[in-house]
Amino acid sequence: MRNQAPALIFGIVFGALLVYLFLPGAPSGPARDAQELSKAEQENLAPEAARGGTLRVVRERGELLCGVSQGLPGFSNPDDEGDWRGIDVDVCRAMAAAIFGDASKVRYRALSAKERFTALQAGEIDVLSRNTTWTLTRDTVLGLDFAGVTYYDGQSFMVRRDLKVSSVLELDQATICANTGTTTELNAADYFRTHGLEFEMVVFEKTDEVIAAYDAGRCEAYTTDASGLYAERLKLKNPDEHIILPEVISKEPLGPAVRQGDDRWADIVRWTLYAMIEAEELGVNSANAEQMKKSDNPSIRRLLGVENSYGQNLGLRGDWAFQIITQVGNYGEIFERNVGKNTPLGIPRGLNALWTNGGLMYAMPVR
Amino acid sequence: METYVKTRRHPALPAPSRQTGLIGWMRRNLFSSAGNTITTLVCAAIIALTVPPFFNWAVLDAVWYASDGSLCRAEGAGACWAFVEAKFGQFIYGRYPAEEIWRPNLILLLFFLNLAAVLTPRMPYKGWLAATLLFIFPMFAWGVLHGGKFGLSVVETSDWGGLLLTLVIALSGILASLPLGILLALGRRSKLPVIRTLSVLFIEFWRGVPLVTVLFMASVMLPLFLPEGVTFDLLLRAIIGVALFASAYMAEVVRGGLQAVPSGQYEAAKALGLSYWQMMGLIVLPQALRVVIPGIVNTFIGLFKDTTLVLIIGLFDFLGIIRANFTDANWASPNTAATGYVFAAFVFWMFCFAMSRYSLYMEKQLSQGERR
Repeated sequence: MRNQAPALIFGIVFGALLVYLFLPGAPSGPARDAQELSKAEQENLAPEAARGGTLRVVRERGELLCGVSQGLPGFSNPDDEGDWRGIDVDVCRAMAAAIFGDASKVRYRALSAKERFTALQAGEIDVLSRNTTWTLTRDTVLGLDFAGVTYYDGQSFMVRRDLKVSSVLELDQATICANTGTTTELNAADYFRTHGLEFEMVVFEKTDEVIAAYDAGRCEAYTTDASGLYAERLKLKNPDEHIILPEVISKEPLGPAVRQGDDRWADIVRWTLYAMIEAEELGVNSANAEQMKKSDNPSIRRLLGVENSYGQNLGLRGDWAFQIITQVGNYGEIFERNVGKNTPLGIPRGLNALWTNGGLMYAMPVR
Repeated sequence: METYVKTRRHPALPAPSRQTGLIGWMRRNLFSSAGNTITTLVCAAIIALTVPPFFNWAVLDAVWYASDGSLCRAEGAGACWAFVEAKFGQFIYGRYPAEEIWRPNLILLLFFLNLAAVLTPRMPYKGWLAATLLFIFPMFAWGVLHGGKFGLSVVETSDWGGLLLTLVIALSGILASLPLGILLALGRRSKLPVIRTLSVLFIEFWRGVPLVTVLFMASVMLPLFLPEGVTFDLLLRAIIGVALFASAYMAEVVRGGLQAVPSGQYEAAKALGLSYWQMMGLIVLPQALRVVIPGIVNTFIGLFKDTTLVLIIGLFDFLGIIRANFTDANWASPNTAATGYVFAAFVFWMFCFAMSRYSLYMEKQLSQGERR
């Protein structure tokens, strides 16, 4: 009967593993976090949670599910450690800071352009923060709800510095490289025609081909969204020899979106954004937020939750904005850290400056 | 009259120098005719035009050490190996937590030990070892890699990535597709109409749809059919899709082998009074599978490379995570993407080459009987 020993061992190990795998596991992180909320906080939350479905689900799960891109420089890209970095990522981190008081409680889901809306509708993510342009169609028939604008992008042009051109209007008779079948091709054609300029379009299927053609001198200008121009410029042989012209010929407001129908959840995304912009306006940043709590300025005191706990109106903790600012930063810090002058991208603030500096960033008052 | 009789053998003269050594070899192999001479010259020109620039780029001008991409952006810089170096851990393990790296390492080690044991000819208890590899090992690997029990922290599958993820998907697909494929092939040749029809339907369906569609359905459509809030693991969905897809291909490869076994073998087996499973397991399949080893390995290699498609459902396999890192502005340079692709190609080639060499070895081992 010597052949039965392996069968016996096999059976025992197999059975043990089956039991092991289907044994109910120990309570994992999220469940415990929910229990750790103080009683006062829970009582405060109870009525809010009943109305705000997504917030309750997120709290119970213990982390925010955030849909980002599969890699877009400065907006969501992996760093050397494999952690996600970028403006879109920081929006999610700020939300986690506001909800949990811990900016790291985010799980990222990298989405392609095709699956991003379905993933949101199917509840696989709580918020879509993926360089998505806010348009009427998406806001209505696609069942999305945009919560604000994190970055005002728009189509622009890149030319060689030695062309000595400072405006698109000087590009008469120019050859222009663009991606085929995109709205950028159409926008550029429209713009040139309305300004009575002659032009020739050279189009390619893939961005890498377009940038190679431009680098090889097949065309004088390359056009796509400005943030893309700054990113692609780094792939040119001599990035410093190319400049991006100031004209922006299309509107591409990028912002986070949530499922339609959960207004309280949309409010949280919206006010997270406003808190970051408001903080920049008030001069509160991650370094000085603690000191600013002692400020006499009532706006700062309200924002940081020293006076009136506005966070609770949102269903969040009283120090929600303070957590956002200390853990993630104000809007200016986020911009400069991810895409600003001192990063390889070197994008100027432009339209994304505060309204007080000639930009479009304007936060509704926290009061 | 004097006759000259040679009393000693004339010592053998060396062959003319034009027919030996390097020159002789070249005359025989490279310049034996006008056509061959032209071909040789053209090939030499192509090599001379491509290899030195590639060597310059990949070795001489390459940036080997750097903390960010500024050196790779400099004029005249070659391959940006510093990029691969900085991201190496990520390329291999994805976002698997650094302090838990021992888990995938342990699993890979055990897997290759188990595999080596199964692949070694004349190993005792080989059947049981194969069963362990097929049934016990996947569960054990899941338990260790995912954790959550017996003090192991949970590592969500969304944190798995890089080469680890590629191997998990490819090996699960390979392990599942061979037995499934054999069953489907037997089913398709079965005399029982229901089993035959189901097998044919299954095979033709999965062979008829592109893998991209399968993955896309699994990732995008499936959640819409499930009740809200019910999600099941994205990686599991991808593995199931890949395994079913590969098993349909495998079934057709195996069916080719079954048809190559002469009907006399079937008849002889029946005449000996063997049951259906004994006939298949002892007589037919060992012969059929031996014939189709190249086809089976071909399917494995195809499957291994097809795993790169999982990027479209947001899983970062080896190639996917390399490409995602091209978007790190700190490392953006004209050379970063090329370097990443060369590295990816090399790693994929190593795995595929290893599989192909093993299949050659097995073919030689198993065809001993025919070569006499």
